[in-house]
Amino acid sequence: MPKLTKDEVHPKIIEALLGADSDISVDDALENEMILNMGPQHPATHGVLRVLLRLDGETVIASVPELGYLHRGYEKMAENMNYFEFIPHTDRLDYLSPMANNVAWVLAVEKLAGIEAPPRAQYIRMMIAELARIASHLVAIGSLAMDVGALTVFLWTLREREKILDIWDILCGARFTNSYTRIGGVANDAQPEALAKVKWFIDQFEENLDECERLVNTNRIFIERLDGAGVITGEDAIEMGMTGPSLRGSGVEFDLRRNSPYLYYNDFDFKVVTYPDGDSLSRYFVRADEARESAKIVKQILDKMPQGEVLLNQPKKVLPHKTEIYTKMEELIHDFMIVNFGIQPPVGDIYHAIEGSKGELGFYLVSKGEGRPWRCKIRSPSMVNLQSLPHLIKGQMISDVVAIIGSIDPIMGEADK
Amino acid sequence: MNLRELIPQKLQEKFPQVKFKFVDYRGDLSVQFDKEHIINIGRFLKEDPELEFRLCEDVTAIDWAERKNRFTVVYHIFSMKHNFRLRLKVPLIGNEESDYDIDSVTVVWKGANWMERETYDMFGIKFNNHPDLRRMYMPEDFQYYPLRKDFPLMGIPGSLPLPKKE
Repeated sequence: MPKLTKDEVHPKIIEALLGADSDISVDDALENEMILNMGPQHPATHGVLRVLLRLDGETVIASVPELGYLHRGYEKMAENMNYFEFIPHTDRLDYLSPMANNVAWVLAVEKLAGIEAPPRAQYIRMMIAELARIASHLVAIGSLAMDVGALTVFLWTLREREKILDIWDILCGARFTNSYTRIGGVANDAQPEALAKVKWFIDQFEENLDECERLVNTNRIFIERLDGAGVITGEDAIEMGMTGPSLRGSGVEFDLRRNSPYLYYNDFDFKVVTYPDGDSLSRYFVRADEARESAKIVKQILDKMPQGEVLLNQPKKVLPHKTEIYTKMEELIHDFMIVNFGIQPPVGDIYHAIEGSKGELGFYLVSKGEGRPWRCKIRSPSMVNLQSLPHLIKGQMISDVVAIIGSIDPIMGEADK
Repeated sequence: MNLRELIPQKLQEKFPQVKFKFVDYRGDLSVQFDKEHIINIGRFLKEDPELEFRLCEDVTAIDWAERKNRFTVVYHIFSMKHNFRLRLKVPLIGNEESDYDIDSVTVVWKGANWMERETYDMFGIKFNNHPDLRRMYMPEDFQYYPLRKDFPLMGIPGSLPLPKKE
């Protein structure tokens, strides 16, 4: 392997790495300090994360994560397109739970425009957001297990996730990049087949998850690799801005579904899962239990789901159905106006956040009364959670870095925007 | 007591010399003040036992593309004690490149570090006393600030040189 010279690394990164505070002393006599460049093309960094590590033997003294290898400038693009045009782009943020991103975006726009979708649409949104959380956690669990060497779990959890992708297929015709929600509702009603499939999935899910978990929960290698690796206290985690399962793994009971309820989460019975230790193992347990809680929520949603419209009838704000555009003059005019000039929410700014699968996924929108947002800021949980990576891996072995990155579960599409 | 009334009252009591502007829009409470006070007000909001805004959710900026007071820096903070979100808006007075600066709130909320780096990267707003003010996403030698309104959507040709062949 060719050696990396100093000129090939940007000088400011090296400066940050060498200047990073570390309380681990280096044995000068041996001069065994080394700088290792991990990523961006590395299978264990879950995408294109690059981490520079300063090592003393196998111990990490300091580290500097470098982001931006997947930066596509989504905020700039959002400022140059209509509100509904951005829905497909939200799929590409956290590409393991596109449905949850769709829901987050339309809820933010609806708050800005001052409209609310009909109850059935809101129930469908809750259902897809929870299923997306299950799918995302399944990948997180599987890839974490794979990072520490247990490959079978990955195959089994992906098999479960495949069933959710099949549900998406029936529901909206796409498996991966769904773009299912619309401003003022969802694209089409949930068909009885889709709901039947959801019910079937939920009924068999818990048993299958237990099966996956049994593979690793009694596996001594898995437990010992993760136990005590990458510890962060609850205080520190809040201080660093962590949210989501990574924060709950440090014993902080913070879940936006409870703490700042949106949709109808207030009416549902679920537990906010916390584990007190703050290490990688706790974060893994939180994810597994949260998937079970989500299944519980979906079960309740199926029981309670009301009948009715799935798209709001508000011609100036919501795109009408295609069949109506082709047959009625009025709808044709509204469709023309919205497509060309946008929905034009009143002047003002709002912030709306949902509990995404990685943490708090928020959108800050500023409207100047035009069809396009004047400013759109994406508060991506992956980026903020990654911020605590240097704190987590300081003093750990280099092979644990892989496991710790897996336990935070960053998605670079979201972290880099 | 309702936090929507308590926060304005407490802030005005504690900082009588500061001019506050409170806006309650669609359930989001936001407060606007001058940039010199950001550290003091931030620390007060975080440490006051009745408020405890301990989680800094987001730091960003808005480019108004106007001749006067072009940028506004926006902070979102959350109080886990009261489950309440507050938005701080700090307009940067002036329109020279040297006016686009503000004190870093990393001394109050450590987690603001990367968000401030991102804001610096995208808008060119300097955060004084920031521990590690580098670009977040763009390469180090990139000379522009992409989220400014005068940066074209298609980018600037030649601003991101391809790696040279040996």
